[in-house]
Amino acid sequence: MEIIAEHGHVLLILGCIFAFFMAWGIGANDVANAMGTSVGSRALTIKQAIIIAVIFEFAGAYLAGGEVTSTIRKGILDPALITDKPDLLVFGMMAALLAAGTWLLIASMKGWPVSTTHSIVGALVGFAAVGISVDAVNWGKVGTIVASWVVSPVLAGTISYALFISVQKLVLDTDNPFKNAKRYVPMYMFFVGFMIAMVTLIKGLKNTALNIDFGLGSTFLNSMPIAAVAGLVVALIGGWMLSRVKEHGESEEQNRFANVENLFAILMIFTAAAMAFAHGSNDVANAVGPLAAIASVIGSGGEIASKSALPGWILVLGGAGIVVGLATYGFKVMATIGRKITELTPSRGFAAELGAATTVVFASTWGLPISTTHTLVGAVLGVGLARGIGALNLKVVGNIFMSWVVTLPAGAGFAILFFFLFKGIFS
Amino acid sequence: MAGTPFSNLFGQSPIRPIQEHIALAHECAEQLLPFIQATIQGDWDGASEIHQKISDLEHAADKAKTDLRAHLPNSLMMPVDRGDLLVMVTRQDEIANLTKDVAGLMIGRKMQIPQEIADMMIRYVELATETSAQAVKAVNEMDELLELGFKGRILDVVAELIQELNRLEHENDEMQIQVRARLFELEAGLPPVDVIFLYKVIEWVGELADAAQSAGGKLQLLIAH
Repeated sequence: MEIIAEHGHVLLILGCIFAFFMAWGIGANDVANAMGTSVGSRALTIKQAIIIAVIFEFAGAYLAGGEVTSTIRKGILDPALITDKPDLLVFGMMAALLAAGTWLLIASMKGWPVSTTHSIVGALVGFAAVGISVDAVNWGKVGTIVASWVVSPVLAGTISYALFISVQKLVLDTDNPFKNAKRYVPMYMFFVGFMIAMVTLIKGLKNTALNIDFGLGSTFLNSMPIAAVAGLVVALIGGWMLSRVKEHGESEEQNRFANVENLFAILMIFTAAAMAFAHGSNDVANAVGPLAAIASVIGSGGEIASKSALPGWILVLGGAGIVVGLATYGFKVMATIGRKITELTPSRGFAAELGAATTVVFASTWGLPISTTHTLVGAVLGVGLARGIGALNLKVVGNIFMSWVVTLPAGAGFAILFFFLFKGIFS
Repeated sequence: MAGTPFSNLFGQSPIRPIQEHIALAHECAEQLLPFIQATIQGDWDGASEIHQKISDLEHAADKAKTDLRAHLPNSLMMPVDRGDLLVMVTRQDEIANLTKDVAGLMIGRKMQIPQEIADMMIRYVELATETSAQAVKAVNEMDELLELGFKGRILDVVAELIQELNRLEHENDEMQIQVRARLFELEAGLPPVDVIFLYKVIEWVGELADAAQSAGGKLQLLIAH
């Protein structure tokens, strides 16, 4: 208790710096992965991608990020076992942030496909199990999270496979693909709008005064009509954008699908927004969750409150970190990715993005921290299985698997190290 | 930075390279007709100029083949079978190789095609070149095949192209029989060594058409993957 009272401000400032560092890392690397597909298929310029990323990352974090944040903050550790040791929780969360941030920095310099989520979860489990006690870890929840890491890429792959097959049937393999694209692409846009609106209504607005009740029995059913209207609005805007695209005459160089791909490029603007929203709803929590835990302990003068609202300034700090990360380094990464992913045409890129975004958003509403990048890899492989992509490097899948094996103990090891370091310095 | 883990997922699609390769091989084969015409007219300066061109194009095709193979590690997941693709490139490459062999042999021995079979020979080479042009047409459908995920109505288009390819190769076969038969009638009056090599030239031109047919035909195997 004295430690909190004595060093409270210093600890909070340090926590903010570490969280900002972590958010910077997410903005510098992770967001670029999420948006790179749109840049690579030339649906968006880098500038446009950054603007969309900033808006929708924020929206996603703010409107749908609460569940994952609370998992990171108090779901992985059993709060009942640490109520009498608030200082240890503060040190542990700081250690976890610094550990994950450090490991990510090392990994991205080496080009390893590690995930922010896996790093922070590894770090949390590490400091809790070693620094406090093995029982302090909520192993049931951790088991669910680890299972979701396996399920999420598979689910995303299945969705994107189905989406691509539907595009083949409805648009590409028809007499007039251009006409059919104009007819059916708004349907996918509707789905994007509907999905984001549903998640926002169910998760984001539940604490606000806005109470929607059509007498349909559940929040889910009550949200449906409004989400449908939102989807319709999105589809109408999209339809208007599509109507401005004219069919160009066939040239020798391009195949006859070049015109159709131009229409799917418009769809990719929408799926990129969905992707940024999904990413914001899941990954911002990795930086914000531990800081929220620190702030809540210090704010209450040493109490470990199991129920307290997430202060808005923490989200803003996380969001700002991501934006700074994007602006200082992420745009470079995005350009690199954009140059490399030119084989992914919009009719496939959208399927991959939408499959991944849907999966991530669902995971977010369940409070499951998953890896956006790994989910996206799963989604791309799904399109590949539908024979839609020229060549995919399966070595990357092996590398991802290896990075799982390494990241969890590495994150844990760093966290344990920093935990005892902080403990030694401050107490 | 060599790319991020995510962007490293994307390998180089073999489709454009394989199309570029057959384009080179065919460009090489297209030189055979003017080459034969030049030799028939006894224009050996013109012929050796074309021979040089053939040699350069064959070299370029060879390089394209090597590049393509180097970019096909077996850790790639592709919509088509890697083995079939490698066989296809080998067959495509034979189009250029055989062209170079024919031109090389004829230049080296200053071979004169007997006037009696000159017209037939020209038609024979024309048919072989047409077969190779048809193979190019078929292979050029590959990007559309990929766009459609190797499914749907595009398969009918490819099937028709392959049918025409088979027909051209068959016509070339028939022509080969006729040229040989005519040469057989004449062979007693020609220097025996020349005759042996004439048969060789006829055989190679036939093999050229055969390689073109088999390269284009591999497309059906790729689709069936």
